[in-house]
Amino acid sequence: MLEKTKELFRQSIVVRFSGDSGDGMQLAGTIFSNVSAEVGDQISTFPDYPAEVRAPQGSLNGVSGFQVHIGHGVHTPGDECDVLVAMNPAALKQNAGFLRRGGVAIVDIDSFKKADLEKALFTTDDPYTEIDLKAQVVEVPMTSMVKAALADSGMDFKAQMKCRNMFALGLVCWLFNMPLDGALHFLQKKFEKKPAVYEANAKVVRGGFDYGHNIHASVSTYRIESDKARPGIYTDVNGNKATAWGLILASEKSGRPLFLGSYPITPATDILHELAKRRDLGVKACQMEDEIGGICSALGASFAGHLAVTSTSGPGLALKSEALGLGVMAELPLVLIDVQRGGPSTGLPTKTEQTDLLQALYGRSGECPLVVLAALSPTDCFHMAFEAARLAIEHMTPVILLTDAFIANGSSAWRIPDEDDYPEIHPNYVPEEMREGWRAYQRNAEGVRYWAIPGTEGLQHRVGGLEKDYDTGVLSNDPLNHERMVNARKEKVANVARHIPEQELLGDADADTVLVGWGGTYGHLYTAMEQLQEQGRKIAFTQFRYINPLPVNTRELLTRFKRVIVAELNDGQFAHYLQAEIPELNICRINKVQGQPFLVHEIVDQVNKIMEG
Amino acid sequence: MEQNTQQPYQPKDFKSDQTVRWCPGCGDHAVLNVLHKAMAELGIPPHMNAVISGIGCSSRLPYYMNTYAFHTIHGRGGAVATGFKTARPDMTVWQVAGDGDGLAIGGNHFIHEVRRNVDLNLLLLNNKIYGLTKGQYSPTSDRGFVSKSSPYGTTEDPFIPAELVFGARGTFFARGIDVELKISQEIMTEAVKHKGCSVVEILQNCMIFNNGIHNYITARETRADRTIHLVHGQKMIFGKDLDKGLVQDGFGLKAVTIGQDGYTIDDVLVHDACCQSNFLHQQLAMMDGTTLPLAIGVIRNVEAPTYEAEVEAQVQDVKARHGYRNLREMILDGDTWQVD
Repeated sequence: MLEKTKELFRQSIVVRFSGDSGDGMQLAGTIFSNVSAEVGDQISTFPDYPAEVRAPQGSLNGVSGFQVHIGHGVHTPGDECDVLVAMNPAALKQNAGFLRRGGVAIVDIDSFKKADLEKALFTTDDPYTEIDLKAQVVEVPMTSMVKAALADSGMDFKAQMKCRNMFALGLVCWLFNMPLDGALHFLQKKFEKKPAVYEANAKVVRGGFDYGHNIHASVSTYRIESDKARPGIYTDVNGNKATAWGLILASEKSGRPLFLGSYPITPATDILHELAKRRDLGVKACQMEDEIGGICSALGASFAGHLAVTSTSGPGLALKSEALGLGVMAELPLVLIDVQRGGPSTGLPTKTEQTDLLQALYGRSGECPLVVLAALSPTDCFHMAFEAARLAIEHMTPVILLTDAFIANGSSAWRIPDEDDYPEIHPNYVPEEMREGWRAYQRNAEGVRYWAIPGTEGLQHRVGGLEKDYDTGVLSNDPLNHERMVNARKEKVANVARHIPEQELLGDADADTVLVGWGGTYGHLYTAMEQLQEQGRKIAFTQFRYINPLPVNTRELLTRFKRVIVAELNDGQFAHYLQAEIPELNICRINKVQGQPFLVHEIVDQVNKIMEG
Repeated sequence: MEQNTQQPYQPKDFKSDQTVRWCPGCGDHAVLNVLHKAMAELGIPPHMNAVISGIGCSSRLPYYMNTYAFHTIHGRGGAVATGFKTARPDMTVWQVAGDGDGLAIGGNHFIHEVRRNVDLNLLLLNNKIYGLTKGQYSPTSDRGFVSKSSPYGTTEDPFIPAELVFGARGTFFARGIDVELKISQEIMTEAVKHKGCSVVEILQNCMIFNNGIHNYITARETRADRTIHLVHGQKMIFGKDLDKGLVQDGFGLKAVTIGQDGYTIDDVLVHDACCQSNFLHQQLAMMDGTTLPLAIGVIRNVEAPTYEAEVEAQVQDVKARHGYRNLREMILDGDTWQVD
């Protein structure tokens, strides 16, 4: 089921700074490109000056721009930009055409007042609609923040505003993970003879950086683009939104209303935002008092007969682990979305990692198995959220879906599925003929407990966290009964393997070496495999998205290879899991724990090194 | 079990077949029986009731109910009940919590369910001790209380549950004591009739680890003088001979004997549980049986929008104004393009 169309993976970004010619956009752009070069990126820049040296302030003719293309495989300044910084309405209007569809526009909202809009010949008070801007707009009060930062500097307003470009630079440095040292060093040299000016600029550039940090600013700049699109209707979607939508479809296909109990946490909050909007589809999304309240309200809604979901990131998953255990014990359907970020503890809240895998698999008290899935890409979040809900409902179990900051914020063109692209979901209701004398912990042939929807006459029952008797469902401390129930819960989850697709192999099936990944690294690993093949290497590739249980053919598929290279954004968690499940595998590891996605060339280099022995 | 042929349901209809396992003499037995009776009196069918609890002795109660029932984890009953009620506003939802479960580990959920005014009936069984873990002090234990975890006495002040409820802008607070069965039944039925988060504190004895903790209040000989049964619209009178009353005394309250010191029955306050201001409710709830009698009965009972009804109404309103039939229709209404 992996996408087999050739995919193009972008690992470079184009940023365009634009403003009045007096706004210092060239300087901001130059510093950004120099700093990028210092950290090892390839760069290509393109200054775009106005014809006049000083056209009237705020006018269309006075707009100046500077485009920077950084990353790997960069040979041009880029046709379109991913991020457009616009210091005023004129800059936005002049440069919006360069911004790719679904890109990000960062504007100084303080300079979007009525008079500013008029200078740029806008005729309405909604400039975005007026120019048909198809972008994510980030409105930042730059002018007022610069003013506040320099309140004690003794500088007049005009002088203060000359530093506004540095605020934009600081914010962009935050977004693209550029340390400020390089920028500060550059400023120090430039203003060697004017220490006061240096101090002011340094303060503002730090202010912009800290602002991004404080509001957990992030932008979707990475895309996986399919160059051979299937006919259909498309839209742009990021991983978090796709996740929310997949859950809504599952609600429609199961006939169970959707409930979300959640608590804000970066980078998962956009799932709460999207589902909160979807009152228009009957979704009940509730912001609870804490992470535990989030999952517990969801468990209450699940017991009440809803498709219940809670969304979080790593630290929230830790807080929810006791309630997950309750979900396992009460055998209720529940979907937990963990948008992984850098950890442990508060860690790197806006950065991406795959470090919650073992927590998802094992992080609970007692023998507590549940289903663990992972999404491959922004659009795959839709599919896997649907799958998570399907398996939870049909197998009466909590399911954890692991996504990550990279695919959650990353966006991609997505073909809107047709009505019948997805199957109906069949809740395991108590069959009519079993109602008489039905007991809460009776199981079907798959070992699945039945779901009695409250309000149904005659199906009153009691569930809870204490161990129950296998037959009667009454509390039991019997030693052998406990072991029997532990096994029953384990088998129920293991049986899910019969209801998921087999693992697919890409690349050279007759190779000695297979490259293995899981979840959101799919795009990088796939591209790395292609590059390795272009270099003449024989290599196979497979990316896991069903983690527990593993697809039934996993052992057969992986034991064909002399060498299994597991690449992941952690210190070897999936490799550890695979080795435990299939001890005979000869596993080599590629690991990165920097809060950053893989770079394709890193994988290619390391695979080459391993294969050369 | 007495039968009432006027009622569609009898108390036994709400009893499960599971063996009740509390210690003999535990106040929980009384609460359970009263709850069965209150449910029968209310006449809401067993399958339209849900009983949800956390952890503790009292939290075993759901197992003894022939309703939909969920015994959850320590302190979280309130959050589970909130989710349940929000999903299913048509069901009558009960939450059972002890003083440790509700006010210590579950304190956050407690104040938030009260603040949100979720239409729940919250039985807070207060025996001022941790019984299930065998005798540690609880957040309602008095300063200096000696227990296994405070062998030299506690060095902290307790919560007074009513104060928390008022602090969280609660709309309903009632108090009962385990030995006053009729009053407990009365406040439970009032709690269900009240739309919103109805907190019912029941002072209750633990025979094993805290025997007699409420004796000062509950002892048969002195109970009438140390408690006052408040009923909305009625004079606040109490005492064995019903000759004592509460009167306003500056900013506070005073207990007087009617016919003494110039006080007549006309001076005695009439209870108004429905007054929006909680100023006097709080004063009444803080009376502890020493200088002023401990108040039992419904102390506060005011109307306010309930959380689950507001969520439901918002869903209906948004759907009516710009709702979609399904996900596909919603997505197609956004920014899309066609690939042929």
